[in-house]
Amino acid sequence: MHRTHVKVLEGVLDANGTIAQANRDDFDRAGVSVVNLMSSPGAGKTTLLEKSLWGLGVRAGVLEGDVRGSLDAERIAALHVPVVQIETGSAFGGECHLDANMVRSALPALELDELDLLVIENVGNLVCPAEFRVGEDTRAMIISVTEGEDKPLKYPLMFRACDVVIVNKIDLLPHLDFDLDKLLYHVEAVHPGVETMLVSARTGEGIGPVRDWLVRVATREAVPA
Amino acid sequence: MHELSIASAIVATVERHANGRPVAVVHVRVGKLRQVVPDALEFCFGMVARESVCEGARLELEVVPGVLRCAACSHEWVIEAPPFWCPECAAGDVAAVRGEELEVDSIEIVEQDEKEAACIART
Repeated sequence: MHRTHVKVLEGVLDANGTIAQANRDDFDRAGVSVVNLMSSPGAGKTTLLEKSLWGLGVRAGVLEGDVRGSLDAERIAALHVPVVQIETGSAFGGECHLDANMVRSALPALELDELDLLVIENVGNLVCPAEFRVGEDTRAMIISVTEGEDKPLKYPLMFRACDVVIVNKIDLLPHLDFDLDKLLYHVEAVHPGVETMLVSARTGEGIGPVRDWLVRVATREAVPA
Repeated sequence: MHELSIASAIVATVERHANGRPVAVVHVRVGKLRQVVPDALEFCFGMVARESVCEGARLELEVVPGVLRCAACSHEWVIEAPPFWCPECAAGDVAAVRGEELEVDSIEIVEQDEKEAACIART
């Protein structure tokens, strides 16, 4: 019995990357721009989409990733926005993120040619989704002011993986011991120069710039190289 | 708990290279700028390795430090914690030179010598 040493030198997530590229090719062929939207659970992804996709002037669709259920998809469908639910709950009690293959399996349910913009609402989680590309053009994350100013320091990969950081629930600031300047300083410390937007999805404050940004993504004016 | 997905991807990668032969050691390089917890990855690997060529294999993790390079002044430094801006000129346009690795470097395959194989074949 002896051992043979075999060089592999292969990225662990190369297979995911290959499928992500196939998704990206499909999106490009259909002329649809794709946002991967991430946050911790309860930061307000679905509420933000409810407030920003309505009457946007571009044809938008949503892929909803959740461990279980279709509650979020029903909220989006109520806006007459095409929506497809991905449940990740089949494996080991539910995957904590969407990967390229899960997104790929959901694409036949969407008329991509009929869309300018597809928002992929990832599973609520500040760690895992940042590791998995799904074929998106751009990535955005939401941090809500109920979560603590130190989150960028605790989850740097997520904050560094995003092109836009949306700070939500600012209507609650008067009721919280939350230091907004400190949060923005920490965001800048882990991702210097990243674009930030301050919003309240509940009251609609600050939603205008988010909508403008989505339109720029849809028309490919805000897609990073 | 994406370490489970990553562990599954490691096993899938190894299976493509092992040609069905049992694997004793899997050498994996993990950059410090990834959000991978080595202990969790080892635990998950042991779980998903069952009934694969990796069953019983040892996962050897080499943790690669995060090295950043400033686009403005070309300074390179090892980052242990934020901030990510350049300690020399304070510019924010920095790129990772090392530390984003997540790759299977090599595997050690257990091979039977011909005599042993012949012995086993006779029994």
